[in-house]
Amino acid sequence: MSAAAQPSASRRGFLALALIVALLPLALPNNYTYEIAIVVGLNAIVCVGLNLLIGYAGQISLGHAGFFGLGAYGTAILAARYGWPPALSLPVSVLAVAALAWLVGRPVLRLKGHYLAMATLGLGIIVSVVLATEDRITGGPDGMAVPPLWVTGEKSWYWIVAGTLLAVVWLAQNLIDSPRGRAWRALHGAEIAAGAVGIDAARHKLAAFVLSAALAALAGALSAHYAGFITPSRASFLHSIELVTMVVFGGMASTLGAVLGAAVLTTLPQLLAVFKDYELVALGALMMLTMIFMPRGLVPTLEKALDAARRKPR
Amino acid sequence: MSLRVLLALAVVALSGPAVAQPQPIRIGAFLSVTGPAAFLGDPEQKTLELYVEKINAAGGVLGRKLELHAYDSAGDAEKARAYVKRLIEQDKVDVLVGGSTTGETMAAVPLAESAGVPFISLAGAVVIVEPVKKWVFKTPHTDRMACEKIFADMRARGATRVALISGAGGFDRSMRAECLKVAGKQGVEILADESYGAGDSDMTAQLAKIKATPGVQAVLNAGFGQGPAIVTKNYRQLAIGAPLYQSHGVASKQFVKLAGDAAEGVRLPAAALLVADTLPASDPQKKVVTGYKRDYEGRFKQEVSTFGGHAYDGLMIVLDAMRRAGSTDKAKVRDAIESTRGYVGTGGVVNMSAQDHMGLDLSAFRMLEVRGGDWNLVEPRH
Amino acid sequence: MSAQLLQFLLSGLTVGAIYALVALGFAIIYNASNVINFAQGEFVMIGGMAAAAFIDSGLPLPLSVLFSVTLATLVGLLLEKLAVEPARGAPVVTLIIITIGASILLRGLAALVWDKKIHPLPAFSGEAPIAVGGATLLPQALWVLGTTLATVAALWWFFNRTLTGKAMLAVSHNRLAAQLMGISVSRVLAVSFGLSAALGALAGVLIAPISFTAWDVGVMLGLKGFAAAMLGGIGSGPGAVAGGLALGLIEALGAGYLSSAYKDVFAFIVLLAALVFLPNGLVGRRAAERV
Repeated sequence: MSAAAQPSASRRGFLALALIVALLPLALPNNYTYEIAIVVGLNAIVCVGLNLLIGYAGQISLGHAGFFGLGAYGTAILAARYGWPPALSLPVSVLAVAALAWLVGRPVLRLKGHYLAMATLGLGIIVSVVLATEDRITGGPDGMAVPPLWVTGEKSWYWIVAGTLLAVVWLAQNLIDSPRGRAWRALHGAEIAAGAVGIDAARHKLAAFVLSAALAALAGALSAHYAGFITPSRASFLHSIELVTMVVFGGMASTLGAVLGAAVLTTLPQLLAVFKDYELVALGALMMLTMIFMPRGLVPTLEKALDAARRKPR
Repeated sequence: MSLRVLLALAVVALSGPAVAQPQPIRIGAFLSVTGPAAFLGDPEQKTLELYVEKINAAGGVLGRKLELHAYDSAGDAEKARAYVKRLIEQDKVDVLVGGSTTGETMAAVPLAESAGVPFISLAGAVVIVEPVKKWVFKTPHTDRMACEKIFADMRARGATRVALISGAGGFDRSMRAECLKVAGKQGVEILADESYGAGDSDMTAQLAKIKATPGVQAVLNAGFGQGPAIVTKNYRQLAIGAPLYQSHGVASKQFVKLAGDAAEGVRLPAAALLVADTLPASDPQKKVVTGYKRDYEGRFKQEVSTFGGHAYDGLMIVLDAMRRAGSTDKAKVRDAIESTRGYVGTGGVVNMSAQDHMGLDLSAFRMLEVRGGDWNLVEPRH
Repeated sequence: MSAQLLQFLLSGLTVGAIYALVALGFAIIYNASNVINFAQGEFVMIGGMAAAAFIDSGLPLPLSVLFSVTLATLVGLLLEKLAVEPARGAPVVTLIIITIGASILLRGLAALVWDKKIHPLPAFSGEAPIAVGGATLLPQALWVLGTTLATVAALWWFFNRTLTGKAMLAVSHNRLAAQLMGISVSRVLAVSFGLSAALGALAGVLIAPISFTAWDVGVMLGLKGFAAAMLGGIGSGPGAVAGGLALGLIEALGAGYLSSAYKDVFAFIVLLAALVFLPNGLVGRRAAERV
């Protein structure tokens, strides 16, 4: 694909997403379906950030739910225990998590491959255990109530989340096409070679890590105020795995793929609920089959199929 | 045949299909059938399914059939929230029975309150009904009651200096917090406070610390799942002499089977259901608990569980309230639930009020002890 | 040595030996295929649950153990043939997701085939605690430690003295060269999964008399085994064993001397520090990176 064609493909994708987001409410019959749409949006925000880290910068994180959980608890504790207005506690919490990610990222990102996976996994577990154990501040494993934002109601929240998602997607797509984005892709390919052409690997990796952590924290804080209640399971290892699965399923190195992955894997358990006892079996089988037959994820596989169809001789 | 008779027959025949089928009574349930609290949710779901079927076979309630909408929230508060929304908005249920764990229940509480749907929770923590919420009730005894019952029994045996050991789950931490809170008032001093993690295989390190703490006269394990059974076995392995108390979280025959010989002498507070067969005939709960035990074990070929019993009580209280209210109007049913008096359930005799949305008092908890590999009633004896 | 310290050490070694067996399973599969098999914990679960089911149906203990380990091995082979081989060449993250999907599937199947209850297994040689210098040890713990040592010795013999074992080592060092020497990589992959499954099941059967088995025990044990494998240096057998024992000891000593509520946090902090200062693990080799 030529350099000129690339931006317009992502611009088309963005417009398509904006259109879907604007028209979706017409198809949502009740508050339950709005809830699903909102949760999809929140997951998508995390996934877009995580995709920048995994798909573009080529790093891995098996502990990202930890940032989500910290963002959620940060705003919850400031608002519920210290009486801060949510308009203040939310951004402060996100910034605090970003700062923490910066501090922790520098030593941890020196690790590579599976060691980095293990380190991020360990960080996530430390966060979830601390959140569950300090029950005087966090309410323990049974969770705590969170004061609502100044807006309430599913319909208002839908637009808040939709707007945030579109802004995040726009930001991500622009980053990918910028010099930093190209530096990330160079890192993904071959870190040492990238260093040989003057790319400061450590700085760029850290930037991707901090940004994705901030986005996860933002989604976490929003979800805390939306649900009015949080538990430490939001920071659990299983939740981290869910997030990575959404990114990989949708297609790495594809921002819209991350959104699609979040949409499919959030709604799937609701659809599979009818299977009752067989729900886990169905979920596991589905994950395996889709990854075996679409190893690069949904969007790249679809793109390849479309390309092949287009190139077929008439 | 005369024309009049023909016309009458025609009217009857044509009006048949026009008479609407009565709307079913929709009961919404969200239970932890899988996940870390499957121990709770599985018998709860089985119980609800069994009795909905039985009651429908007997004609239903208020001339209407019962329709159970049950979802598996797997012990996760977020899933519980989504399913409760689904039950309220999409399935349009008349009443909610569920929330196997406190986290799931508390996530659902704001939804039930804002939608005005009566909700009977099956979870343990006292925070569910304190402060009282208009639409939220619960059937299980609270963890605070368990602490009070256990401390009273310890004092009766002369033990006032106590060590605590608990796990990492919601039930464990909540009960631990309540026990720490009420210890002083109950005349008990907590000398040690140890914990173990979910899925841990060995607690000898924590118990060795407790053994080395001077002056410990009794030990309380606030736990749930396999942890307490491992604690009990380790306890005997280390030959700790002080009496060991467990919580109502392991009130089941299975605990005795898992802990084996080590369980001899262990005491815990539990619902009368656990000793249904050996209850004296004069006990007010005898009929209800033996009936439930017979039905459940006959159908599922599995030991009856106190958690399933709470689900039974929840369902029966709701249906009884509907009968008394004469309708499924949510506000009327709520009022009827709140005025439940003298209802005999598997958990005890229930007397609800505007200030008490659980309705059980300490006498509903029986103190049991393991002797000869089975549960025995220590007190109260009716 | 104080009796209390001795008790902590014994507790840590017993649990550590289980982590070591699980970690070995991770190491063997990783060596052959570069895949982290997140379903490793489920092999442990299958070992324990199958044995419990066989015993409940009347089979004597030794036969139940044998059958359950065999069953787990078959499951491991099936997993390799049906899920890992078709996806060869996929990015590593995809393979990780596949194994995670497999672990969910296996857990769901276990809940259906068996049940969601907690099951005990009879101890191999009784439950009377053995007094060791003021502390006590269960006979089962001796079985755990002894079997782990015997397994490590057997694996050493297998990898260094048999042709199949040496072929597996060759593949782990350099897959292409091994293929050029006529080694069937797919056979090595199959053997590695089967062997890891057997090891996991063995761990499950050994620990179940102490800490019971249930459909979901695999999650935590798999995680700890993975952490142990990383601590020791992924891909190194001796490292896996060292990592497992170290993790068990850190947990027990942390619970004993610091705070039992935070023992898992200490273990992971130590793990993180170890990774940051020893980026290839305790024993791992310094991997040469091709540019």
